[in-house]
Amino acid sequence: MEFIETLLNGLSAGGTYAMIALGYTMVYGIAKMLNFAHGDVIMVGGYTLFITMGMMGNPILALILAVVCCTVLGVTIEKVAYKPLRGASPLAVLITAIGMSYLLQSLAQIIFGSANKSVDLMELGNISLGALQLSTYTVITLVASGVIMAALSLFVKYTRTGRAMIAVSEDRDAAQLMGINVNRIITLTFAIGSGLAAFAGFFMTLKTYNVSTTMGAMPGIKAFTAAVIGGIGSIPGAMVGGLLMGVVEAFSQTSPAIAPYTDAIEFAILIVILLVRPSGILGKKRREKV
Amino acid sequence: MALLEVKGLEVYYGVIRALRGIDFAVEEGQIVTLIGANGAGKTTTMQSVVGIIPKKAGTVIFDGQDITKTPCHKIVKLGMTQVPEGRRIFQELSVYENLLMGAYIMKDQSQFKQDLENIFTRFPRLAERRNQVAGTLSGGEQQMLAISRAIMSHPKLLMLDEPSMGLSPLLVDQVFEIIKDINKDGTTILLVEQNAGKSLAISDQAYVLENGSIVLSGTGKELAESEMVRKAYLGG
Repeated sequence: MEFIETLLNGLSAGGTYAMIALGYTMVYGIAKMLNFAHGDVIMVGGYTLFITMGMMGNPILALILAVVCCTVLGVTIEKVAYKPLRGASPLAVLITAIGMSYLLQSLAQIIFGSANKSVDLMELGNISLGALQLSTYTVITLVASGVIMAALSLFVKYTRTGRAMIAVSEDRDAAQLMGINVNRIITLTFAIGSGLAAFAGFFMTLKTYNVSTTMGAMPGIKAFTAAVIGGIGSIPGAMVGGLLMGVVEAFSQTSPAIAPYTDAIEFAILIVILLVRPSGILGKKRREKV
Repeated sequence: MALLEVKGLEVYYGVIRALRGIDFAVEEGQIVTLIGANGAGKTTTMQSVVGIIPKKAGTVIFDGQDITKTPCHKIVKLGMTQVPEGRRIFQELSVYENLLMGAYIMKDQSQFKQDLENIFTRFPRLAERRNQVAGTLSGGEQQMLAISRAIMSHPKLLMLDEPSMGLSPLLVDQVFEIIKDINKDGTTILLVEQNAGKSLAISDQAYVLENGSIVLSGTGKELAESEMVRKAYLGG
């Protein structure tokens, strides 16, 4: 029973990682860039929760506003910072993304100060399902992230726009020849990725009752690791990688002897997987051009 | 007026001038071929006309509209598309999904069903592999799929870049037959080929491209009989 509880706790934490990893992987697959400011979009989502909870006190409304705010932010970042660099060297884009990350963090520090702000989204209790004892937090994140991942998978597979996203990620020029507006698809990708980051921010704040200007940094790096483990560019890969990350974390934290090494174990898994499968668990092998 | 009119087209890769101001025209209903050696600028011509790579100078008029600065996806909506060099089908999508992508700009669902049926009748192999991931198809099947995908959008002008590349002689003949059929159905064709003999044989008009310039033009027959073409491209 304890095993199943730990597993479910891990999957719920993994759901949060998956929300973030999806943003990294979709942007990488479609815009062919690493958006290192992605973690900071989570943070902006967190502060949106802080402001809206202070004003209205309704967590659902706060979540909706955080999603809207992050979506607009993600699209704006892409328009202002990344779009002018389309066709520039990948290094220039990478540096710009890192710069954008510091810019967002610094702005947040100027506006809100560097001390953590406490945000009480809702009272969390326990739910018992038969012999299972789970926290409300675990159930909420598990269900919500599961629904979101299923919806995203269906969207990508069965809608015209979703298939266009796959087409652009596979071959941008061929996609254009189908009449697909690549810029529009990239904008949409940033919108979806940033919206998912807001959900991740919500889950994190729900658990810690806190927001800080650096709250996106570590989860951002771990989720990026998860995306690479799953196979960067692959949507199911980001889901698998994120969930795996959460499960490993949950199990390693059950033993006091191993718990301090949790982060090290997670990154070690990355190294091992990259040694065995350089393109990640579900990543595609790079095709030779004929 | 010609369906496609290209005037003074220049394309640069960095400081290298890949196209040195070329002029050519494609009349409605024709099959027009650009022949030339590797590196002559054939693919560059095709990609710049359809808006994938930027033009440095010159004008491109398509169906009466200036499309010199129009982005690729809008050009496709105006009725021009291309089967790119190397086929470039979507390997991770199924055969059916590739054809769906080909019909991306089409709004009419019943038209799509009709087109799909026509294609599956014409290419029974594609029908058999309808739900198979396209990356698993053979080279010939991939070329059939690439051509089918392109005609799903009912283009006025279909451009094909080296459609016979890497195919067995039997399949090459089949590809040229398909091109003739598509042309008979009313689609104008602009073809780029290294197989000069076969392409000149089906062409109404042809151009020879050398080092980014057009050095010779005429009807397919004229070029096939020209001394210079026979020496350089037809092996004697």
